[in-house]
Amino acid sequence: MSTLNYHLPALSLRFIPVWRRNLLVWRKLAVASVIGNIAEPMITLLAFGYGLGSLLQQIEGVPYIEFLASGSICMSVMIAASFESLYSAFSRMHVQKTWDALLNTPLSLDDIVLAEMLWAASKAMISALAILLVLFVLGIGLHSTTVLVPPLLLMTGICFASIALIVNAIAKAYDFFTYYFTLVLTPMIFLSGVYYPTTQLPSWLQSVASFLPLGAAVRLVRPLLLGQLPQDPLKDVVILLAYTVAGFYIATVLTRRRLLK
Amino acid sequence: MSILAVEHLRKSFGKGKDSHVVIDDVSFALQPGECYGLLGPNGAGKTTTLRLCLGLTTPDSGRITLVDHPVPQEARRARLKIGVVPQMDSLDPDFTVEENLLVYGRYFGMLPAQIHARLDWLLDFANLTNKRHARMGELSGGMKRRLTLARALVNDPDLIFMDEPTTGLDPQARHMIWERLKALLASGKTIFLTTHFMDEAERLCHRLAVIDHGRLIAEGAPHELIAQHIESQVVEVYGDQAVRWSAGARALAERVEVSGDTVFCYTRHPEPLLQSLSHTAGLRYLHRPANLEDLFLKLTGREMRD
Repeated sequence: MSTLNYHLPALSLRFIPVWRRNLLVWRKLAVASVIGNIAEPMITLLAFGYGLGSLLQQIEGVPYIEFLASGSICMSVMIAASFESLYSAFSRMHVQKTWDALLNTPLSLDDIVLAEMLWAASKAMISALAILLVLFVLGIGLHSTTVLVPPLLLMTGICFASIALIVNAIAKAYDFFTYYFTLVLTPMIFLSGVYYPTTQLPSWLQSVASFLPLGAAVRLVRPLLLGQLPQDPLKDVVILLAYTVAGFYIATVLTRRRLLK
Repeated sequence: MSILAVEHLRKSFGKGKDSHVVIDDVSFALQPGECYGLLGPNGAGKTTTLRLCLGLTTPDSGRITLVDHPVPQEARRARLKIGVVPQMDSLDPDFTVEENLLVYGRYFGMLPAQIHARLDWLLDFANLTNKRHARMGELSGGMKRRLTLARALVNDPDLIFMDEPTTGLDPQARHMIWERLKALLASGKTIFLTTHFMDEAERLCHRLAVIDHGRLIAEGAPHELIAQHIESQVVEVYGDQAVRWSAGARALAERVEVSGDTVFCYTRHPEPLLQSLSHTAGLRYLHRPANLEDLFLKLTGREMRD
């Protein structure tokens, strides 16, 4: 019977050895991985920030590169967490059969999904912290309010890792992830105020955009990196949490359907 | 007291019209210290039975008790005392031999000191001591299988599940695995094995069950099953004339089967057959005692399965 198992995810510390397994693999390839994860956002930031920034007046009262820096760091967390929860998790689940080996031990599938989610968020955090250091070197974000940025970026990573694991649970092959990146994440980047303020969008799009998780992350992180406080932090934190809880729950149910039939 | 007991197990996949029964009222039990084999053609339900016993899928009905725990309810706790050698290689390609064992031990909640205390023995048992720091790409198929076996033993299990443990191995590697499995049995472990190699089952299993279309169709010790279900002698006849010859041979044997241009004659009294063969030119033949493969083919038929 392929009836769905709708039980709430059973969260336990058993996820730790699985998380550590992924960490050990990462440590073997760490340098290449970090360079890859930082290089892309840094190139974008420098190219657009200085190239486009020199043509632009200040945006919302700050130089364009400072405006873009906060959007860029949120975007890279989103992409790093999604990438790990899609391509890497799919390799472990479907190609390498690592998850099958795990299921033969005293772990449950819920432990594995939790471990993958937290690992993807952790890996995104490693890149985010490296980018943050580079921003400091560029003189961006040197404010006391920046202390609040890492926990918010971790929340963002957890949120996008959870959503991506839904896609992982229903994917037949790697090709499927291209749709998610081009049809979901890329439009979200342009709707979430990464490159330009959302006030530039038509008003109906602005209302859609106000409920997107990347928009919430940008609205939280941007003021903090500029030494200010977010306007409506509670609403945006709730948005991130809502996507996280719903995403993780659906991902768990669908992964059970896929593997425990 | 059995170490694994399965009672009236049923499992079907799909819903409504598309529903098909995969496991149909299967019952069996493993005694501690024995090697119990599950034999069947591809798609007969062997792997599904293993998955059900491990609590990786829920039966429609029936009862499973694994090392004193009801499954699937307490499957996680039961699996603490179980080792699994899966059909598909699932070793971590990024890790060395030693790291594969260390990381796997952590999944059982073992402390680093506990795993290290077993490492030397595990590597020695798998004959991989000099490959301790080798990556997976440097290992042969036989070495990978042995490492998978060592990995399944990291938690010192009472019962080891093996899903076709020697499929794809060369004869040397198969014999080495068999020898390791016999050593495990001698040390008191219980083995639950699926295979479609009859020589493997005959060599290793104290008892076995033949499963087909989800039903358990025979169970017992290999030699008892052969004696019970099949004629004791087989004469295999080959050659262009074999099929033509078989028309006359039907009266001389209790059972005659033709597969391609080979004729299989099953009988308790082979002398008339052998006499007939000695008078017929152009035929080669092999006279041998009946074995498990004959039994298997009689019970499950000769047609191909996918």
